[in-house]
Formats: sequence, structure tokens, C-alpha cells
Amino acid sequence: MIKNVKALLFYAGAFALCVPPLFVFAWMIMTGLKTGIQNISYPPEFLFTPTLENFRAVFQQYNFFRYLMNSLIIATLATAISLVLGLPAAYSIAKYRQNKIGLIILVARMTPFVSYLLPWYIIFRYLKLIDTYTALTVTHLIITMPMVIWLMVSFFESIPAELEDAAMIDGCSCWQSFLRIVLPLVRNGIATSAIMSFIFSWNQFLFSLILSGPKTKTVPVAVYNFISYGKIDWAGIGAAATLIVLPVSVFAFFVRKSIVQGLTMGALKD
Amino acid sequence: MKNVLASISRFVDRRQPFFFPAPAVAILFLIVILPIVFNLYLTFTKWTIGLGQPRFIGFDNFVELFGDERVWNGVKVMVYFSGASLALELALGLAIALYFNRAFKGSELVQAIYIIPFAATPVAVALIWRIMLNPEIGVMNYLLTSVGLPPSLWVSSEHMVIPSLVMVDVWKWTPMITLIVLAGLKSLPSDPYEAARLDGANALQIFWYITLPLIRPVLIAALMLRSLDNLKEFDMLYTITQGGPGIASETLYLYSYNVGFNFFKAGYGSALMVVVFLIVLVFNILMNRLRHDTPAL
Repeated sequence: MIKNVKALLFYAGAFALCVPPLFVFAWMIMTGLKTGIQNISYPPEFLFTPTLENFRAVFQQYNFFRYLMNSLIIATLATAISLVLGLPAAYSIAKYRQNKIGLIILVARMTPFVSYLLPWYIIFRYLKLIDTYTALTVTHLIITMPMVIWLMVSFFESIPAELEDAAMIDGCSCWQSFLRIVLPLVRNGIATSAIMSFIFSWNQFLFSLILSGPKTKTVPVAVYNFISYGKIDWAGIGAAATLIVLPVSVFAFFVRKSIVQGLTMGALKD
Repeated sequence: MKNVLASISRFVDRRQPFFFPAPAVAILFLIVILPIVFNLYLTFTKWTIGLGQPRFIGFDNFVELFGDERVWNGVKVMVYFSGASLALELALGLAIALYFNRAFKGSELVQAIYIIPFAATPVAVALIWRIMLNPEIGVMNYLLTSVGLPPSLWVSSEHMVIPSLVMVDVWKWTPMITLIVLAGLKSLPSDPYEAARLDGANALQIFWYITLPLIRPVLIAALMLRSLDNLKEFDMLYTITQGGPGIASETLYLYSYNVGFNFFKAGYGSALMVVVFLIVLVFNILMNRLRHDTPAL
């Protein structure tokens, strides 16, 4: 009897936890599949004939494919640069306990993004780099590089030092031992930090809001601009939001275990 | 040629602690430290972006700040919004982590669904919330009225705007706290629990006297991690309310953005950003102290 009540409580809890995310996601997709008029009718329609018209409009009228490509290019560049520069740095911080470099990472995490934005806006305006991939990638590095380093330090710390010593004795240079011995051992960590870095760059709004333009607009800014075209195009927003959120959500779903690991390794150690 | 390469390689090898982090540190210096220094310089100037040159005015910006009503409003809104959302996220995050800590059939799937909002693009989901919270056509009011409750004005009301935004923030970010706390729970030692059970402690006592003290450092670490983003919440506020109605949801951070990029007052905006940074810094220093003051069990 008590066992049944307990089981019932567990499933009631499961229901309560699943409904809020699923409802918002379902509402997002439904908004994208309704017509403009259906979207502003009250009471809201739960059953309706879905239309793909909004998705077509998003690509044809709003040129959304270009914005998706922009986001893809910038997030990929920022992630790649962060890995190439961040991996050796994180390794060195972990191996030689270079806490002073860790301090820069902490400052980078704590400083409000607007504090970077104002100087960068002034500098990029002066250099005529507003609305270029360079400007956006550079500013996205402010987020992705500390993230990669911060995550990777804890992964590198979990590698036993004897392994490398053995490699060194066998005549490997430190680059060789880093590339051939150490990196393959932390490939889970690399995958995690690459994915986290990509997701956070893809989701970044503030830097792109100010530093992008018609040529380099990223998806968060593009969907936000659906509001400023005079009246609000809810159907378009629903379709565009679905297109933006689904890739990162699917991404996160498949790698959720390593995200947990990546998130927590930093928080659990002292 | 081979000799040269080999000697370069040896040179780098002997200086690994320098050469490995050097490129990253150089870039970080350029993209992080330099703008911060520039920002600090701007705090001592009066300058409208695009008009003339920065003019040095000493501490005038910081003096002006004390007499600015929107600064005090911003601090008030920030304390209200962040206090409420962080407290709720921490409490709910802990409760849900305790729930997930007991394996049950299907818990993997529930967990996977529950954490979806965490990775979702903030602007995109905030826009969807904005539709759902619309007082006239929004589905939230439909749900309220269909269970017999009165409709709410949500973000259109000065009184409801912060609670509504807190709700959205809790929806999006509680999973992150849960994930961290859950990992902490899984790494707790089992001895104290066995001893407590032998002594006949009930579930509530076990939670209060064993789990809570043991998990406290992890809770505080999760709070610190979350506070870094929560105190600087921008995307959601900007997308849903832009600080409105009036300035009822304009946090100090949002105000600093408005001063910088809507009024183009670079100097005064920079001074406000320094204040935001100091608030984040002081909060984290206090929390860090709390974390290390944890009494031994």
C-alpha cells in the first residue's frame, strides 16, 4: 500500500516536472504552425489545422537561412579558436597550478558584458569593423574561451601525472605528449566544452544586438527584430524560434550527460 | 633545418609553463582586460559617443550616480528580481535534485525533458513567454480562468512584472541548479546515513542534520555560479519588458545598457557598469566566505 502511494507520488512529480518545459515548447511550435489570425484569437486554439506557411515566409521574406548561416559560422569560429588556444592553456593551468591565469578567467566571468560592449563598440566603430564576422567572433570569444578553459582545467586535473612522465621518458616532447597522450584522454571533456561553447555562442544576444548589421545578423537578433517591424508577427516568431531552439535543444539532449559533468566539475571542487 | 626545428622544439619544451598558456592569455588580455581598462578610463570622462572627444571630469559620474533616481530604482529591482529568483531556484533546485536522487523507472527520460529549457536560446523562449503572458490573448490567462482563477496582467502590471519575470527565470534556470546539486548528492559519503538509520532517525531528521550540512558547499557553489548570470540578466528582461512598464523592471544592469546604447552617454554608462561589477564581486566574495565557513560535521 505505502509502496503504491510512493510510486504514485513519484509519477505525479515526474508529471509536474515535465509539463512546464513541454508546454512552452509545444506552444512555441504551435505558434509557428498557426496562422497570424489564429495566434491572436482568444480563447487560444488548441486544435487547428497546422500550416507550414510561416516557415516558408521566415525563409523567403525574412531571409532566415542567411541568419542561420551567420550564427553557424560565428559559433563555429569562436568554438574552434577557443579550443585551439584554450586547451594548451587549460592544460598548463592544471599542470603547473597557474592560479593567476585562473583569476583572469574569473574576472572575465564576473564582468558585466555591457562593460566589454561599450569599449568594443567604440573600437570597432573606429576600425570600421561593425557588422563583420571578425567583430562578432572576437566578442563571442569573451564568453567561449573562459568557458572552455574553465571546463577543461578540471578535466586535465583528473589525468594522472605518471602517464605523461612515462611518455616523456619514452622521448616524446611536451607537444607530442600533449597531442598524442593527454588530449585523447580528455576527448569527452573536449566534446563537452566544444558543445557548451557552441550553444552559448549560438544563444548570445547582447553582442550581436549592437555589433551586427544586415550582413552578419545572428538568429537571436533576427528573431527579436520580428517585434520591431511595426506590428508583432507572432506566427513568424513561433516559426523562427522553433528553428533557433530546436538544433541546440536536440544537441543538448544527446550530450546531456557530459554537460552535467562539465557543469559540475568546476562547481564540486574547491 | 631539422636541427633548427629540434632546437626550437627543445626551447619550447623547457618553457612549457610559458608557451602553453601564452597565446590564450594574450588574447584574453586583448579582449577582456583591455576593454575593462578602457571602461575604467571612461568612468572618469564625460562623452557622448560620436560627438567630440572624451572630457576628463574626475569622479563626477560617481557623484551623479547617487542623485539618480533610476539608479536606486535599478538597485531595488535588481535585489527584488535576483533575490526572489535565486532563492526560488536554489530551493526548488535542491528539492528536485533530492527527487531525482532516488532512481525510479523512467527517471532518465524525465530528467532529459526537465533540463530542456537550460540550453534553449534565451531570446527565443522569452519571446514565446511574452506571447503566453499577453493579458488579452495569452494562454496563461486562459489557463488561469479555466480553473476559476482571475486573469492577471502579468508583465503589463507594475506589481506583477517582477513575479512574472521571476517565474520565467525559474522555469529556465532551475534545471542548472538541480544538475549541480544532484551531482553533489551522488558524491556524498554513505557512512553518516547508515549511522543515522541505526540510531532511528527519520527522513526529515536525516535531511536536516546530515544531507543539508553536507551539501551546503555545493549549494553555495551552485548559487555563485548562477548568480554570475542572474545578476547580469539581460536577454529575457530586454525581450519581454525592456524594463517596463515604466521602469518597474529596469535592473541596474539594464539601465547601464540604456545609458550607454540608447542615450550614448559612454562615461556615465561605464560608471554604472562598474557598480554592477562591484555588486557581483561583493556578492561572490560573501558567498565564497560562507562556503568555506561551513562547520565540519
